[in-house]
Amino acid sequence: MSSYLVRRLWQMVPILFGVSLGAFAFLQAVPGDPARLLAGPDATLQDVQLVRARLGLDRPLILRYVYFLRNALVGDFGRSFRSGEAVAAIVARHFGPTLLLSVASVVFATVTGLGVGLLQAVRRNTAPDYVSTVVSVAGISTPPFFLGLLLIYLLAVGLRWFPTGGMGTARSLVLPALTLGAGVAATIARFARSSLLEVLGEEFVRTARAKGLEERSVLLKHALRNALIPVVTMIGLQFGFLLSGAIVVETVFSWPGLGWLMVQSISFRDYPVLVAEILLFSLQFLVINLVVDLLYAGLDPRVAYG
Amino acid sequence: MVGVTWRRFSRHRMAVISLGLVTLLALLSALAPWLSRYDPDKPQLSTQLQPPSGKHLLGTDDLGRDLLTRILFGGRISMSIGVLAMLLAVVIGTTVGAVAGYYGGWADNLLMRLTDLMLSIPSLFLLILMTLLLRTFPVPVLRGGVLAIVLAIAFLSWMTVARLVRAAFLSLKEGVFVEAARALGAGNARIIVRHVLPGAASPIIVAATLRVASSIITESGLSYLGFGVQLPTPTWGNMLRNAQDQMIVAPWTAIFPGVFIFFAVIAINYVGDGLRDALDPRHVR
Repeated sequence: MSSYLVRRLWQMVPILFGVSLGAFAFLQAVPGDPARLLAGPDATLQDVQLVRARLGLDRPLILRYVYFLRNALVGDFGRSFRSGEAVAAIVARHFGPTLLLSVASVVFATVTGLGVGLLQAVRRNTAPDYVSTVVSVAGISTPPFFLGLLLIYLLAVGLRWFPTGGMGTARSLVLPALTLGAGVAATIARFARSSLLEVLGEEFVRTARAKGLEERSVLLKHALRNALIPVVTMIGLQFGFLLSGAIVVETVFSWPGLGWLMVQSISFRDYPVLVAEILLFSLQFLVINLVVDLLYAGLDPRVAYG
Repeated sequence: MVGVTWRRFSRHRMAVISLGLVTLLALLSALAPWLSRYDPDKPQLSTQLQPPSGKHLLGTDDLGRDLLTRILFGGRISMSIGVLAMLLAVVIGTTVGAVAGYYGGWADNLLMRLTDLMLSIPSLFLLILMTLLLRTFPVPVLRGGVLAIVLAIAFLSWMTVARLVRAAFLSLKEGVFVEAARALGAGNARIIVRHVLPGAASPIIVAATLRVASSIITESGLSYLGFGVQLPTPTWGNMLRNAQDQMIVAPWTAIFPGVFIFFAVIAINYVGDGLRDALDPRHVR
């Protein structure tokens, strides 16, 4: 088990190297000169050159990458082009809000999704099943930003129950988390329903019923646990989707997280911030995948890692 | 085959209604220049932000343009992007999946690791950068942004198709008919295209339908953030770009474009559902 963990963690190193090199080259190719953007529209060519030298952009790409690597290995990711602040500090400041938002969304989505999926599987082909199916297809079909706009209009502007944006009290978390979690909840519900229906047809469920177990215990202890395996994978995969969604949802609600930071940084071609964000996202993804694989072993006794 | 499929499809009531709705939306958008007497792009300052009325069925926007006209013209772009991105994604995904599934070995390993890697990237972020990048290519059609967006979306959405096609190829290539074809002297390329691919058609068709829906959502998000098709050319997404500021005074400017995206996407998703039921006899509802 622990040797498996070490091997998996070790495999992340070359991937992250590759990602950092790719990010460097890719950003360089995207049009837009950070020095010109920073110097402003009235700057002379000389001003732009000065800014470029100050940002270190006058050095060749390879050299910049080598410097970046050397510093990154000791935790220094450079300074933001825009504010001059240390990138590590900026990213750390925006990490909390995004983590809070993603965790809240995933919790909301998992609880709602599993609940609805369970209800649908038990009451298969009845009115509640049909209604929930329509609602979940609707959830998947609404662009997150539109759902966010609607929620702002109805619940924040209309009823004044929640703030329209920004991050303040616990109340301000509700609408962004609902918006971000809605599509995921719908996906989980559909997945949980079909997965449960499949499991409920298996022999061991019949055995459990035959030996006189209560239906409640059959459902929760025998069926749900086995149906969770594909659902857990799916929730893991949804995290990537969640990060994409966060870019839009954070913009709609002016939520000061990594997605919002990303849109701002793209506009200014703030390379150091963007490279750090790309690395962080990749690391996050790799860790989530690892956790999902480990969860398998916990849920399904047939799976073992050596 | 088509008759049976249609009979099974027509049993899915929502799918049939949805197919009608999608056809209607496509027709209305395609015929927009002939259906509307308003100019979709030209500002008309005398009719700013009018609520829906007999003259302007869905009201007007902040520059006084007829909202319904802009939505129908926007539908042409949004739906074309959805369909074109889907076609390209299906071609890339099918090629990757077929090669990986048929040849196996290191080709399979390499292509599937690439697929996993692509799946791992937060796609909207890369999409924004790719769209900016593609716009700089000195090809005139890329400048307006539509083709750049199609290429970028397709490039970032072929992975699900590749996985499906690979899975289908893995089981189909063991079939006796493949052996028979090889015994008759067919080469690998011929076997892939003529003998195995038709067997994988059902999952490809279903996935392709759902890809259209998600491409429309992706385009709308990209345009909402301001990185998609540039104004004044309307798309369903960029019409919502400034809607947030106007929502309080003129909610219709935000709600109607969103409602069109919603109905187009939900209808396409239902058609996909119906196709899955019709094409896969084992699928339980």
